[in-house]
Amino acid sequence: MINYILRRLLIALPSLLGISLVLFTVLALAPGDPFEDLANNPNVPPEVRMALRAQFGLDDPIWQRYLRWLSAMLQGDWGFSFVSRINVDTLIQQRIPVTIAVIGLSQLLALLVALPVGVLAAVKPYSWFDRIASTVAFVGFSLPTFFTGVLFILLFSVQLGWLPFVYRADLSSSGWQWWVDQFKQSIMPITVLGLFQAASWMRYVRSAVLDVIRLDYVTTARSKGLAETVVINKHVVRNALIPVVTLVALQMPAVFGGAIVTEQIFRIPGIGSLLIDAILRNDTPVIMAVTFVFSCLVILFNLIADVLYGWLDPRISYR
Amino acid sequence: MKQEAQLRSLIEDVREGKLPRRSFIQQMVGLGLTAPMASMMLMHAGVANAQATLPYKPTKRGGGGALKLIYWQAAVHLNPHFAGGTKDQDASRIFYEPLAGWDSDGNMVPALAAEIPSRQNGGVSADSKSVTWKLKKGVTWHDGKPFTADDVVFTAAYAGDPATSTVTVATYKDVKVVKIDSHTVRIDYPKPTPFWAEALTGIFGCILPKHVFEPYIGAKSRENPANTKPVGTGPYKIVDFKPGDTLRAEANPNYHVPNQPFFDTLEVKGGGDALSAARAVLQTNEFDYGWNLAVEDELLKRLEAAGKGRMEFLPGSDVEFVSLNVTDPWNEVDGERASAKSKHPAFSDKAVRTAMGMLLDRKGVQEVIYGRGAITTANFLNNPPRFRSPNTKYEFNIDKAVQVLETAGWKKGADGIRAKGNVKLKFVFQTSVSQPRQKCQAIFKDACTKAGIDLELKSIVPAVFFGSDAANPDTYQKFWADMQMFTTTMGSPDPQVFMEQFTTDQISQKANKWSSRNLARWSNAEYDAAFKAAQEEFDPVKRAALFIKMNDLVVNDGYIIPLFARPRPNGIVNKLVPALSAWDNATWSVGYWYRES
Repeated sequence: MINYILRRLLIALPSLLGISLVLFTVLALAPGDPFEDLANNPNVPPEVRMALRAQFGLDDPIWQRYLRWLSAMLQGDWGFSFVSRINVDTLIQQRIPVTIAVIGLSQLLALLVALPVGVLAAVKPYSWFDRIASTVAFVGFSLPTFFTGVLFILLFSVQLGWLPFVYRADLSSSGWQWWVDQFKQSIMPITVLGLFQAASWMRYVRSAVLDVIRLDYVTTARSKGLAETVVINKHVVRNALIPVVTLVALQMPAVFGGAIVTEQIFRIPGIGSLLIDAILRNDTPVIMAVTFVFSCLVILFNLIADVLYGWLDPRISYR
Repeated sequence: MKQEAQLRSLIEDVREGKLPRRSFIQQMVGLGLTAPMASMMLMHAGVANAQATLPYKPTKRGGGGALKLIYWQAAVHLNPHFAGGTKDQDASRIFYEPLAGWDSDGNMVPALAAEIPSRQNGGVSADSKSVTWKLKKGVTWHDGKPFTADDVVFTAAYAGDPATSTVTVATYKDVKVVKIDSHTVRIDYPKPTPFWAEALTGIFGCILPKHVFEPYIGAKSRENPANTKPVGTGPYKIVDFKPGDTLRAEANPNYHVPNQPFFDTLEVKGGGDALSAARAVLQTNEFDYGWNLAVEDELLKRLEAAGKGRMEFLPGSDVEFVSLNVTDPWNEVDGERASAKSKHPAFSDKAVRTAMGMLLDRKGVQEVIYGRGAITTANFLNNPPRFRSPNTKYEFNIDKAVQVLETAGWKKGADGIRAKGNVKLKFVFQTSVSQPRQKCQAIFKDACTKAGIDLELKSIVPAVFFGSDAANPDTYQKFWADMQMFTTTMGSPDPQVFMEQFTTDQISQKANKWSSRNLARWSNAEYDAAFKAAQEEFDPVKRAALFIKMNDLVVNDGYIIPLFARPRPNGIVNKLVPALSAWDNATWSVGYWYRES
């Protein structure tokens, strides 16, 4: 098992190197200049811009810049943002708590809704519960988050005036009030994202459970006289979870970058909005760092999924 | 010169009290001058600068609760001398103060200065080569150290050092700031400088603490922690700053203006889009002030109908205009498209330019699209009436345009498009992607089609259009199209830098990697001569007359067609009384903001 994990991690190294090379080249070839603002400002002489470009090494050939980036990265130096001139790791660290709090929680909510509803719907297929759940899920994943988000804002913030729609990472209140404020401002984005995700996952869980529930060993378990809850929990759900784990694990990295639209709507300072701002401002070191973290996470969660398979199904062994 | 004489008589009218000071300044702004320049003219003529004061009612410091501002672009750092964009300037201006700021009438309002220098109080030398500023006493930095002349001298040296790479380097690299005593400094200019008030005032003049910035002068400037943790003299002190997101500040208990600030805390939230920012101010009151709510007026009016907040439009110097290419963008001359040596096949005929000027329906666009967000203008020169020459008034008249074209020999072909010889009136009209601009393009196209001119509309992503990538063919600097439209801003209170963009030296071309500013590649010997004269002229009235003449020359030639002045839209909740200025940052006097009870 340990051997397997180590081997997988070693294989990951060349792929990460390849990813970084492709990312770097694409970004270097893309049009745009981080000092565009200066170019459009008539009060700034062009020499200032040229001096900054030279100072930040933007005029060197791409391969030199890549090697410089790579050796710095290996020493743990992520570089600094051209735009705000502070270190990239500081910028990312500032965004992680909010990202995990909002987007992580929304994924958790999605799981908490999707698993029980999906299983219950599959246990009694075509019952009223199943029909209602399936219809709601269908509507849920047909509506994009930018639509439901705005709908929620119009209803709960504008019409009813219950909830704020601008997310503030720095709440000024303290104690209980802080928790109340935090809850009020997080509930809309978490619900919007979580329910969207839950809708598609619920469909998935339902069909995975349906596949398993008709198999012979389930009938055997029932005929042995096992209680229905034991049959469902131990025999059905555990086996049905394997495809679900793949889906959820591969979805996890998206937590760190996939909620860009929702982050824009509610102004949540997550990693997604950091990335989109960096792209708009041609702030290459930040784009590079965020996308690189993202690819690391994809590789990591793939590995986690593979390890989880073994735990769920002892027949899968690692060699 | 006729204009000079007229200006002088206007100034006399102000002196004798026949013309209110404010309307003089408004007239000058109408002439394409800036309000600060107009007020400098009055000062130079000895018309006393009524000590400008801002209204402020609260009688004690603090107690106002939280003040929350929303910007749909977020500040990324807080060093005023690195701040290229308004968002960063506004954010850093909360903490740092210059010697003086500019109010809406172009008056200088002292901040860290004890008084405004003038000829009368001996602050401005007779040869306009040096200015002496007296500094306010008893001011302390946020860390408790006293503010002295050393800080001012240091700031000029810091900003003027090219290795520091500040955006204000042009203002400081040639001036010398000398300390006279602990609270007096003198600025020495290398040559007579009629507009002496650019250095040390406004956003360019924010004073930095020497003890915090000295170790980081030059190439090390990036590493200074104070770039995101400012130590200033302003009414609010930093609590926390997250680049690209939020800024939190609290009242400075030792602020040097009595009873200020009114609010206990201040918060600036950035990001998102203009429409939802407008909603957060006008509809839900989550925020007290919304910056630059560039949203269709129709929508704003609907949000204002909630009765919870109001819009305020501040007319400044932003002008949206169309330029017609002077050169030929479609054929190469010496291996260069739109070479300065070429001539545009159609626009070189003045009749075509005149017709184009008549086909742009400014009023229609203003009414349908921009509403209160635009003020139609024939040119940079539209007010007052006695300066309006008969051939610069704007007019939307398709029939007349057709007549002009017919007379000049542009006849309609079988396809309905006018032509003369083998030149067809078929143009590519480019602008940046933005909903109102595309609507505007469509309205212009419609009128042109009726007159037998075919416009091909092209819209380019702003990041590319305004980007300065020398390898991209679609930038506005290259202007490889027949016509283009965008907004230009006067970045500084003195119009000299602005007017430089129509000089021959500034023609944007391959030789300078398209990095200079004369994008239409317009060239006029008389204009160049007037610009040169204005650079050396130190009588402010003569200089103003020269600028007016330059405006006239550009506009009357028809290549540059100004459309609208674009006032800046600010959203304000009920009861908040902000002190805004069109000639300085939104937060230029944030200490004066208060809420009525």
